[in-house]
Amino acid sequence: MIVAKRKPFNEIKSLLKDYKKVLNVGCGTCVAVCLAGGEKEVAILNAELDMARKIEDNPVEMGAITVERQCDMEYLEVLDSMVNEYDALLSMACGAGIQFLAERYPGKPVLPAVDTTFIGVNQAVGWYEERCRSCSSCVLGLTGGICPVTMCAKGLYNGPCGGTNNGSCEIDKNQPCAWYMIYERLKGQNRLDCIMEITPPPEWQNQIPRTVIQPGYKKPEKA
Amino acid sequence: MKSGSNLEKVLTAGHFAFTGELGPPRGTDADEVRKKASHLKGMVDAVNITDNQTAVVRMSSWAASIIILQEGLEPNYQMVCRDRNRLAMQSDILGAYAHGIRNMLCLSGDHQKFGDHPQAKGVFDIDSMQLIGMVKRMRDEGKFLGGTEIGHPPKIFIGAAANPFADPFEWRVHRLAKKIKAGVDFIQTQCIYNMEKFRTWVKQANEMGLTEKVYLLAGVTPMKSVGMAKYMKNNVPGMDVPDELIKRLQGVDKKLQADEGIKIACEQIEEFKQLKGVAGVHLMAIEWEHKVPEIAERAKMLPRPVV
Repeated sequence: MIVAKRKPFNEIKSLLKDYKKVLNVGCGTCVAVCLAGGEKEVAILNAELDMARKIEDNPVEMGAITVERQCDMEYLEVLDSMVNEYDALLSMACGAGIQFLAERYPGKPVLPAVDTTFIGVNQAVGWYEERCRSCSSCVLGLTGGICPVTMCAKGLYNGPCGGTNNGSCEIDKNQPCAWYMIYERLKGQNRLDCIMEITPPPEWQNQIPRTVIQPGYKKPEKA
Repeated sequence: MKSGSNLEKVLTAGHFAFTGELGPPRGTDADEVRKKASHLKGMVDAVNITDNQTAVVRMSSWAASIIILQEGLEPNYQMVCRDRNRLAMQSDILGAYAHGIRNMLCLSGDHQKFGDHPQAKGVFDIDSMQLIGMVKRMRDEGKFLGGTEIGHPPKIFIGAAANPFADPFEWRVHRLAKKIKAGVDFIQTQCIYNMEKFRTWVKQANEMGLTEKVYLLAGVTPMKSVGMAKYMKNNVPGMDVPDELIKRLQGVDKKLQADEGIKIACEQIEEFKQLKGVAGVHLMAIEWEHKVPEIAERAKMLPRPVV
């Protein structure tokens, strides 16, 4: 899932300072699971903003709605009849959801309430770790299911570097060396031949906005 | 000859090579480079010019390399993958070659977190293995990584690093094999203190036939003090400093520790001269360039061959 964390309160407050009526739009998918921008977080943030603005003698009226997914137009329709009542929209979705919301309502200021952080896993409630950089050319088949692009601090395709320290990365004793793990896992599977060959320079594909159209589908003609 | 560099000539003629190291200044004073170079002149076959080592901004490696060329020394131009993408790397290589630089050392580079700009974006567009392959392609095929032709390809003698001491130990010799496959001509090792482990690694390399395909320069850094030895042991990732070495330094008077460090280095060099698979020594006398003449003399590395 996409993992995000709420922006510092003062930053959100500052983004909203000129608006009197704001609709806070939560997202019910990734950011709800990682406890950053679901229905509950929308309610908490609204309460905090309401109180802070009252204290400043500059009250704000906060509306609340949480849609299933902000990255899906069909779930945004429900907002169409509401947005005109508000000066601005605050989105607690990931960066993709925020932009999709802004794209649907180009005349409205759409402001972010979270910092989108990574594509990661749920290690335990409240504890998330990054696993994927969406590089568009997955090498996990060669690297024992451990991503060197994400998990190696230098993103080396032909590691480990000389800084491996008792299985840790040179940047931090608490950060495992990705290539040490790759080696150990492949050794255990008797698949070290996977990394005997040199991996050639990557063709970076995540440098421009990408589009995926699955087989059997096509981009609709413009009406 | 692949490059015709002095280092290549010395090694192919079968001499036991001796190379030095010079860290460029944190400023613009060319005399600082010249002063360090003056201690190394006539003492070594080539000088490795570090590239923003430990991720601290310094005068660029190619610029300092040109200064030492003007001083009559041969540079070994170091390039790390941390600070530039493949476009910048290739254009720097063209420029360096145009100015007479003939040796390169291809490294991944210390992580930016260690340096004076920890917030910098680490580039790592390609890694050291891929950099070796890129330089080889430029030299042997006369082509850029992107495939287009190079006018007057750079004829570079290609170096890289190897750390026999970082784990997993069993994988290190295979990583050396990969660098050879990528096209490396010579290897500088990490500073060696654990001789036993180094011997084992070289033996593995010999058995795999690797030392016939690459010139191995054993890395030597003399200890200046017990403090330095302890620091290297505890704070430098991938460094293996045995307790016996620290005890030996502790066994002499504080004023004599630096001398003992040099003595240990000379004993190591003596062994490397005899060790099958080792083609020379790379002396990294860190901020101790003025001691190089003494070390070269005591290690019986003088005079340097003229090929």
